[in-house]
Order: sequence, then C-alpha cells, then structure tokens
Amino acid sequence: MRVGVITFPGSLDDRDAQRAIRLAGAEPVALWHGEHDLKKVDAIVLPGGFSYGDYLRCGAIASHSPIMAEVIDAANKGMPVLGICNGFQMLVEAHLLPGGLIRNDHGRFVRRDQMIRVENNHTDWTNKFDEGQEIVIPLKNGEGGYIADADTLARLEGEGLVTFRYVGVNPNGSLNDIAGISNERGNVVGLMPHPEHAVERGFGPNTHDAMRSGMDGLGFFTSVIAKVLA
Amino acid sequence: MSRHVADTVANAEATPEKEQPFAALGLKPDEYAKIREILGRRPTSGELAMYSVMWSEHCSYKSSKIYLREFGQKVTPKMRERLMVGMGENAGVVDIGEGWAVTFKVESHNHPSYIEPFQGAATGVGGIVRDIISMGARPVAVMDQLRFGAIDHPDTARVVHGVVGGISFYGNCLGLPNIGGETVFDAVYQGNPLVNALAVGVLRHEDLHLANASGVGNKVVLFGARTGGDGIGGASILASDSFDSTGPTKRPAVQVGDPFAEKVLIECCLELYAGGLVEGIQDLGAAGISCATSELASNGDGGMFVELDNVLLRDPTLTAEEILMSESQERMMAVVKPEKLDAFMAVVAKWDVETSVLGEVTGTGRLVIHHGGEEIVNVDPRTVAIDGPVYERPVAYPAWIDALQADSASRLPRSTDGAELREQFLTLVASPNLADTSYITDQYDYYVGGNTALAFPDDAGMIRVDEHSGLGFAIATDANGRYCQLDPYEGARLALAEAFRNVSMSGAIPAAVTDCLNFGSPENPEVMWQFKRSVEGLGDACMELEIPVTGGNVSFYNQTGDQPIHPTPVVGVLGIIDDVERRVPSAWQDEGNNIYLLGVTRSELDGSAWAGTIHNHLGGLPPQLSLDDEKALAHLVQGAALEGLLMSAHDLSEGGLALALAESVARFGIGARVWLNDIIERDGMDLTAALFSESTARAIVTVPREDDVKFVGLCEARGYPVLRIGVTDGRGPDATLHVQDVFTVPVAEIRERSDATLPRYFA
Repeated sequence: MRVGVITFPGSLDDRDAQRAIRLAGAEPVALWHGEHDLKKVDAIVLPGGFSYGDYLRCGAIASHSPIMAEVIDAANKGMPVLGICNGFQMLVEAHLLPGGLIRNDHGRFVRRDQMIRVENNHTDWTNKFDEGQEIVIPLKNGEGGYIADADTLARLEGEGLVTFRYVGVNPNGSLNDIAGISNERGNVVGLMPHPEHAVERGFGPNTHDAMRSGMDGLGFFTSVIAKVLA
Repeated sequence: MSRHVADTVANAEATPEKEQPFAALGLKPDEYAKIREILGRRPTSGELAMYSVMWSEHCSYKSSKIYLREFGQKVTPKMRERLMVGMGENAGVVDIGEGWAVTFKVESHNHPSYIEPFQGAATGVGGIVRDIISMGARPVAVMDQLRFGAIDHPDTARVVHGVVGGISFYGNCLGLPNIGGETVFDAVYQGNPLVNALAVGVLRHEDLHLANASGVGNKVVLFGARTGGDGIGGASILASDSFDSTGPTKRPAVQVGDPFAEKVLIECCLELYAGGLVEGIQDLGAAGISCATSELASNGDGGMFVELDNVLLRDPTLTAEEILMSESQERMMAVVKPEKLDAFMAVVAKWDVETSVLGEVTGTGRLVIHHGGEEIVNVDPRTVAIDGPVYERPVAYPAWIDALQADSASRLPRSTDGAELREQFLTLVASPNLADTSYITDQYDYYVGGNTALAFPDDAGMIRVDEHSGLGFAIATDANGRYCQLDPYEGARLALAEAFRNVSMSGAIPAAVTDCLNFGSPENPEVMWQFKRSVEGLGDACMELEIPVTGGNVSFYNQTGDQPIHPTPVVGVLGIIDDVERRVPSAWQDEGNNIYLLGVTRSELDGSAWAGTIHNHLGGLPPQLSLDDEKALAHLVQGAALEGLLMSAHDLSEGGLALALAESVARFGIGARVWLNDIIERDGMDLTAALFSESTARAIVTVPREDDVKFVGLCEARGYPVLRIGVTDGRGPDATLHVQDVFTVPVAEIRERSDATLPRYFA
C-alpha cells in the first residue's frame, strides 16, 4: 500500500503527512510537483503549506503544476485524494471540489485545537469514523473561510457532500460551518484542519485525557488503507 | 539616463583630496583617517561604503568587544565538552549526543521593527533563520522576545499588530514551529520596542559548515533572491552625494521579506549540503555583499575576486555602492569547487533558485571587486571584517542608582485582608505582563514539523530531534529589565537563572547559552556601566553553572531622546533531554495530586510584579540568587522526572507563588486547595510575601499520592527544602483555587481575567 505525498515549493506539512501515513501502516512515497510520475501510488495526499508563497490565490499556481494533471486524471478515475489545508485550496482551484477559500473573517492567522464532526463516513478517507463522531485535530490557517454560491451549498448539503463541520467554534467564518467536503464519488476529500498533526501521542492536540495526546487524525489514513485493501 | 559610474581605485589615487561623506555614513573623523591609513590613499566610494557599514556598531561590536571577550575567558573544561562551535561564527553549535548537534542564536531587529513593524519583525525571523542554515543545519524552531510600550498607549497597538503579524506571516510560511518567547509591556520601550528573534537548527555532526572561503580557484556563488534597493541606508547618501539630481533616488532603509523565497532557499541549501556541493557558506544579512565577501575571505585563504556586474538585480539602476550594501533578504553566498559547479547548478535549478557566479577565491590576500571593467574595491578583507575599531568607552556609575536601590518596596503597605489580597491577586493575573498571551500565540503554528513536545505556555519549548530514540532539546529565554535597572549585574544573572530553571523544569539538562544584549547608547557612560556589569554578571553566572555562551548579539542605541530603555539582556538557555517522552509539563492535568513547593521563600518584593502592578513602584534590590541552589533544584527536578515522579513542574518567577498557582489551574481548568501557613511559619513572613515574593530557586511540582514517600525522600536525601502546600482538587465549571483562610477564586474567573487583557487592547 503506497500513498504519495506531493511536495510543492513552499509545502510545509509534507514530511508530517509522510509520517502519518507510516504510522497508519502504509508506505509514504515522496512525489515532486515538477514531474508527471505518480510512481504507482494507490492514494495521494496534497499537504499543507504555502505553495508558491500562495501568490495569486492560495493553491492557484500549484493547481497548474505538471503533476496536478496526473492527479486530476487519477482522481477522475477513482484514486483516493486528500487535500489538507493548502491541499484543499489546490483541489478547489483544480475544480476537483467546488467552492473557494477566502481570508479568515477576523483577518488573522489562527492555530487552535479544533473540534469537527464527521458528517459523512462513506468517503475513502472517513470510513473508519462513525457518522456524527466528533473529533479534535489541529487547525492552522490564514485563509480557511469556505464559500460557495447558494446553489452549490444547497447541492453539497442535499447530497451529503459536507464531510466535516466545525463544532463549537467556527474559526474562520466558513459558510454552514463547513470544514471539509468531498466529491460525489467520495474519493476526493478536502478539509482545512490537519489530521496529520493528530497521529502520535505526545505531539497531537490536547484532549480531556492528557495534553497533546489526541490521535483522531489517524482515522483518515487507516480509512484509505481499508478502502484500497478492500 | 546616464549610467552611474562607480568611483575607481585609480580615481581614488588620482584625486586624494576629494571630499567624502564619511560622517553621513556614520564614520567618525578618526575612523575615516584610519581607513586612509590602512589603504595608503582615500577609499573609493565603494570601499567607503563597505568600511562604514562593517565598522558600524551593529557589525563590528566596537563598543562591546572588550567586554564580550569575557565570555571566551570565563570558561571551564566542562564548558568546552559539548561545544563544537563557539562565539564568532554565525551561530554556536552544541553536541547533544547520538551524532546530533544543535545550533541556536538570538538576535535583535529592534529599530526596523519600530519604523515598519510588520517587515521589521518578519525579516528579523528571516535573518536569524539564515544564520542557522549557514551552519549546515535544518532550522526546526523559532521563538521571539518582544517588548512593547505601555499597553494602553495609542501607538502600542500599531507596533503589536505589525510585529505579531510579521512574525506569524514569516515564521508560519517557513514551516517553523514557534514554541515560546516573551511578551512584555512597559513604557520604557514606548519609542523603542525590542523585537528579538531566536532560531534553533539541528544537524548531524558531519554536516557542520563554516563561513570561510578556502581553496584558491574555488567559485564564489551568490544565490537566492535578486538584489534590490531595499535595506539600503547609507549607500543612498553616497550615491546621491556623488551624483546629481538625475541619479537614483534615496531608497528605503527597511528590508522587505519573502518567506516563500526563504523556504525554498532552506530546502535548496539542505540538498546542496547533502550532496557535499558546498565548501563554505555565508548568509547575507546586515551589510549584504560587503559583509559576506569580506567575512568569507577573512576566514579563508584571504583573497577573493568578485565581478559585481554578475550580481542579478531586481532594479537595474542600482549603483555599485548600493549593490555592495543592499540588504535584500533571502540571499546566500557559497564557495564551490569548480568541478562541483555543474552539480550545484542542477540543485538550484531544481528549486528554481536564481544563481550567479560572482568570482573566485584567490591567494592574493586582497578582496578585489570590479564593476563595469574597473577596479572599485581593493582591500585587505581582514581590515574590513575583523580588525575594525575597538573602543573602551567611558564608564560611569549611574548617579541615580544609589537612590533607586535605597527606595525598597518594604515601605509599601501590605494587606492581611483576604478580600484585598484576592483583588490584588486578580489584578496581577490580569496585568499586561502576566495575562494570557493567546491573542498573540494563537497566530503562531507550533504543530508544523510534528516534533513539538512542548510549546508556550509551558516553561520551555521542546523539540524532538530523533524520532527513534526520542532525543530532543528544550529551550527557554528570559530577561527582566526591571531587575536589571535596579542592578544590572544581578539582573543578568537572574535572567540566566530563570531560563536555566525553566529548561530544568521541563526535565532537560541545560547545556548552552545565547544572549541578546539590548541597551541604550554606548556613548552614555552610565549605559556603558550597565552593559559592563551585565556582561560581567552573565559571564560569572555561566561559569558557575558551567554552561557556555555560544553566541548572540548586542543591540545598542535603544533609547528615545536621551532616555535609555531598561537594560534588557535576553538570555536563552538550551537543554538536552534523552527522551522527550519524559518531558514534564508545567500545568496541572489531574485531580488528587499533591502540590509541593520546593525552595525557600524570602520577603523579596523589590522590583517585583506586585510592586510594579499594585503600587507602580520600582526600587530596591532584586531577589538574592544562589546558583548553587539553582543547580540543586535543577538536579532534584531532573532526578524526580527521571524516576517518573512528577506530573508537573513550574518555576516561580514574576508574580511569585500566586501567579504560578493561577497559571497551573487556568491552563486545563483543574482546581486546587492550598495552604500558606506552613510557608509562613517555616520561612517567617507575611501573607503578601508568601503569595507574591519573587525569591529564586523555587518551583511548584505535583506528585501522585502513591509516589509521595519516594518524592519527599528524594528531596530530603538531597537536602532541598520541600513543603506540601496543597492538593489538586476539582475540574470543570465549578473548579476553584482555594487558598485556605485567605481567599477562594473560581478558576473560571481567573481565566476570564487573564484572557481578557490582550484582546481588550488589540482584538
């Protein structure tokens, strides 16, 4: 089971995503933005960061990288693709997911341990969660406000494509408290919070049990392993 | 428009009497005369530019050098054991074992951050990170030591928003976890805020790189961002002085940062190191190409030839002098063997980093720079970079200090009334320097990298270095300008002691020191006395604790008009921990643990947060310090942590026991019952001192009940004073901090008061 993690210039959480994949039990494979080679991976993670300095719009330049042509092609054929934070922004810019992400409504970068609810556990990246399960994973972004036009929002809600919703605090002004969405097929998922930072005891978010002990993010990666090996 | 032609060496020889704007560039008449003597002629305008900036206080340490030597002299063999690179390089390097090393340094970016807070603070982070990269290390953490004016002054919000925004923007975008730091508000910093930035990097021993240009024939390569007109201070004076109104306009003196370019540069450099493609490397910071070429050449075989026309420019109208002095960010200079140049170019091309070969290392002992086919610089690089002026500035015992020291806080009224003490307690909790700083720290990413074991508000930040063994480091910084104002010698020692204590509380073993010495004008003899005493204090204390100063920075001229800031030596201590799994957090997470106070409380309120906040008073003498006690406390906590006896350990400092209790309950909402009568009885003092005294070498720790006997036995065996002062009790919305016979405060109220302060002024 090989999961690719694409490094773009300005990617920051690429090594963290690789570690999460390893801890979940799969083999992480480093992929390079400037190539067309997906190296026979079974799934792909677009990691967080500030690809190309987030010039133009977040994720906009990265969505036109050579490797993204292959990612779009593979995603359309059903390969599981997860976009985290800047990766979510790329998926939106590449039109693999609808809507857009804008500057946080309060204007500041925010880092917090964020509770989100898993609204849809039928995607390739959420099948190990219960529907309605509330999990805590870190959030850290400056431009995480999810927006879409009314028709798109109605469709996302109507078709159950809202995969994650913020609980308690909406940290960035996202419409309908949306933290993450998926495509109809359920293989492409994007979200602003960071599951890869909640996979190892001692280095994750705080929980009621103990500080920095949260590991709720691991389920994303065990889900995709279950899906691919099924 | 006619092209600006630089002043050539031939021209300088032909026109010895030409007037030069040395004073406008900050050089004194005798310094200018010295340059003429060194060269045997007048300098060219390019040479004048180089000397003026390299002989500036910032680059040459001319006022501080004679004192900084103390750090090199006050050294024991034990202090050298772990030291791989000491003072004088871009950053010190410490062996932390298992083949790993850590490099770290703190540096100031005070003046740019007042003029343009966002870019000033952002490029402060960028500069210190490049120092770390140039040692061959991967940067893994940053932290900032910030001092602003009064929180309610109308200009403070401008500076805070800019500085915090700049650090957040640059640091987050680099992917470096921000794991600690300091935030202080005091009117003495109103016109001169302090923005210090610290960075830490890790490397394998064999990857250590130094800034030297060795090997005749090796290529000198400039790579990274293009050179533009930013950060040019004095050069503009030169350019416009030597040219008429059709010449380039004066250019801004504050640099502009591009963290994306720096992030790419980090990855590019690490790939170059991994490929063994670099012989020597130097970052470009203050004084840009002038500094990099002269320092690389001085530290190597002594000669270098540079073709300035090869510098890639963002603005083609830049003059030669401006190119030499530009402080454009995100640039590095490498020395590369000719046979490795193709491989070098392949790596920079992969990362889309623009690169040009400027010249090569020579055996001439001269730094020669050509521009437009003419020789515009021909100097001995050591006279530029190393053998600059050294001053023994006049030193004078401050006329005011005896009166200040005589004005002890002991004359201030002390309450014994529970309700009044409760209000004083909450006033301190909500005071700007002790209140919750989440408004600031929530804008920093501490998760990136996945190795952050501890971050603010814990006593120290901690990073895992080796994922397999768990080896890591802890780091904390401290400075107390109020203590230093009362006594700069003791104040510097106290800063070191607190950083040492913070690192020790985390379970790590302190190993090395960095410092950023922020002072007023060295031309003021009283300031120079403060500086001298602080350096002596820090040097003596380092020797007593047997941890070396590995590097740092001096920042003078921090004053508004004639009014200098409080002397503010920021001291950072780095510690080593074999396995970050054994880290000790500073706050409480569980009910039913016993709370112990370690150390002795004296009635020490001079210079305290209580005196400052409740009574607006600063006077007397700072708390006594015994470094033997500090060492004993550190060993005790490290020993207890090793045996797994501690659930938490939190040092006592500003605000004393009261503040430590407030922070311990507020963090995770765990209540406590505490009694003070045993302290009062044993140490002989009143309630106010028991709550708010800032006596040193103290900490509160929590211990599970089943480990009580073992823990108390450990303390007794080591002869360290220990008192059980309470128990953690209650969680959730009804949790309270109950100080028996004094007051009870709901934890929710403590949080509310603590959390509200910064947002009230800045949100």
